[in-house]
Amino acid sequence: MIVQVENPVLEVHDLTVSYDKNPVLWNVDFSIPKGKLVGIIGPNGAGKSTMLKSVMGLVDKQSGYVKVFNKDLDEVREQISYVPQRESVDWDFPASVLDVVLMGRYGRRGLFKRITKEDKAIAMASLEKVNMQDYAKRQIAQLSGGQQQRVFIARSLAQQANLYLMDEPFAGVDASAESSILNLLQEMRAEEKTIMVVHHDLQSAYEYFDWVILLNMRLVASGPKEEVFTPELLQETYGGKLTLLDSLSNFIRQKEFPIKG
Amino acid sequence: MRELLEFLSLSNANVRYVVLGVMLLGASTAVVGTFTFLRKKSLVGDAVAHSVLPGICLAFIFSQVRHPLVLLSGAFISGWLSILSIDFITKQSRIKADAAIAIVLTVFFGVGIMLLSYIQSTGNAAQSGIDHFLFGQAAALVGNDVIMLAIVCAVLVVVVWLLFKEFSILSFDADYAQSLGLPVRSIEFVLSTLTVIAIAVGIQAVGVVLMAAMLITPAAAARYWTNRLSVMLLLAAMFGALSGFFGSYISYSAPKMPTGPWVIIAVTFIAFISMTFAPERGFFFKWLSKKRKVNTTMDENILKIFFHLGEKEGDALTSRKIAQLQARRYFEESKMQASLKRLCRDGKVEEDEHGWKLTKVGVIESKRIAKLHRLWEMYMSKFLKIPADHVHEGAESLEHFFTPELEEMLEQELDFPETDPHDKPIPYTKTSVS
Repeated sequence: MIVQVENPVLEVHDLTVSYDKNPVLWNVDFSIPKGKLVGIIGPNGAGKSTMLKSVMGLVDKQSGYVKVFNKDLDEVREQISYVPQRESVDWDFPASVLDVVLMGRYGRRGLFKRITKEDKAIAMASLEKVNMQDYAKRQIAQLSGGQQQRVFIARSLAQQANLYLMDEPFAGVDASAESSILNLLQEMRAEEKTIMVVHHDLQSAYEYFDWVILLNMRLVASGPKEEVFTPELLQETYGGKLTLLDSLSNFIRQKEFPIKG
Repeated sequence: MRELLEFLSLSNANVRYVVLGVMLLGASTAVVGTFTFLRKKSLVGDAVAHSVLPGICLAFIFSQVRHPLVLLSGAFISGWLSILSIDFITKQSRIKADAAIAIVLTVFFGVGIMLLSYIQSTGNAAQSGIDHFLFGQAAALVGNDVIMLAIVCAVLVVVVWLLFKEFSILSFDADYAQSLGLPVRSIEFVLSTLTVIAIAVGIQAVGVVLMAAMLITPAAAARYWTNRLSVMLLLAAMFGALSGFFGSYISYSAPKMPTGPWVIIAVTFIAFISMTFAPERGFFFKWLSKKRKVNTTMDENILKIFFHLGEKEGDALTSRKIAQLQARRYFEESKMQASLKRLCRDGKVEEDEHGWKLTKVGVIESKRIAKLHRLWEMYMSKFLKIPADHVHEGAESLEHFFTPELEEMLEQELDFPETDPHDKPIPYTKTSVS
């Protein structure tokens, strides 16, 4: 069940990715319409984060291509923003909340250039959107998990992009932070932004998203949630691992054969 | 003494050169090393430091001159080779990074020592300088060396200044930097190159064996004093310069002594002071705040005794003897005395002929503690479903950790209940006092 769309914001075509010679995504092929909240759902090790990373060009593709707004990534960098997993960085880094949010402006500012007053104003406005303006001067190590997540989202907002890829923004945050993040994402959607979110909780997924991608090493389904949330497709996504594929990749890893060239 | 004064006055031109050179060097390696430290690449720094030795020896063997630029180029090449080897082994084999670092460090250093023995065995007159590269000999720096050193150091600092925001985002979140379209590979390459250069110029004064400390220790010390990267860089530079100053003095006053170990002792001393006395992060500060916490906990417990006795007898302001307080809840007399004195100083209790009594402020404070205890008990029985007869201990330890914000949250979460799980009334201060 894969619904392809006209004039997609994001088109992933026949994408295969492997990590340490171990294939984690096989021939993934889907497209995403504009202005939707998109959930990427699947069990642990399904390749959800890897897919976001390969869209952003952070991991090498073995085959396939990605088009954003019908262009190559490098032509439209400024329109796409990535929020990595919160645990992927060391929060004891000597930086204030504002310092981190300002990083969202580095791409536009370019090499050697200093941060301007305008950048600071944008960063502060982004902090206000996640309701963290009072924490601007706070050292990042002092933040709670939910606050750290909101700082990451503010940093991404400071990029003023049109397509957002967020890796597990709801992981390890408390209920009130979760609902405030969800509100923010809905506001962004109202402004015609497209947001793709890696999500681990099947329970809340139906409520949160408009469009759902079911992933388990391969693409199981992609489409409006009403069409995708069927017992058969969920069973296909979560019901047991693809054991043969798994042992095959194990074997490949041990022998260190390259797969697909 | 006269020696020290002569040194400090920098009247001797050569001393001036050496001191300035080593201080500059300490400062600039510390600046570059701050990023090595923040990227958790300290061990790679150590490996590179050891790995420049074969490069220096080969450069000397082929050129037969001790020109600093020639030796520096040799050091630079073999330093970079070691980084590439570590990367190659980690990416292309199953050997993990720590083992790869150990292997590369020892191989390069071993080859370096072999070449060094060869140079010594040939008895080349100019070789006398070469073995100083093991442990450093600042006093062996001459005018020429220092001028080159100064130029290189200035270049390092200027590049860091220009690429400050790129280096910081690379150190904090490299994936994100790449997602912004920044040329992460190139930035990384520039930073690694700066590190190798810093090491290559530093070894003259500190030596390959101990160079990593000049790179890492000033940054580690500086981290204790600040949460801002720019301040951290400045502090690290200062610490590096200070240790350089000390090391060059030793090298000057005891020419037989290698400089490296003394520079390291100086910088380690600074790190030790930082770890111990820095506010917030230092051991001493932590010990002090822990002690303070123990004291306030004790004080709050005493206030609670006053509250309980007052609640039972219906009069919060009665004077009480220490024995009476102990009868309600026992603490050692000396501890109680000390606590009462602290409370007296804070204006929460006062002493009269009948013993100790709460002041108005003390009454409010005592109610607050009792309220927190009972609210927390309520919370545990309501939300954590802990039976009423088991909630006391938990509340006893946690009631002392409440901030005003948490207190407010707790009140609102429970919606201001009237009684605790033991049906005792909860004494809200705002309504009951005013």
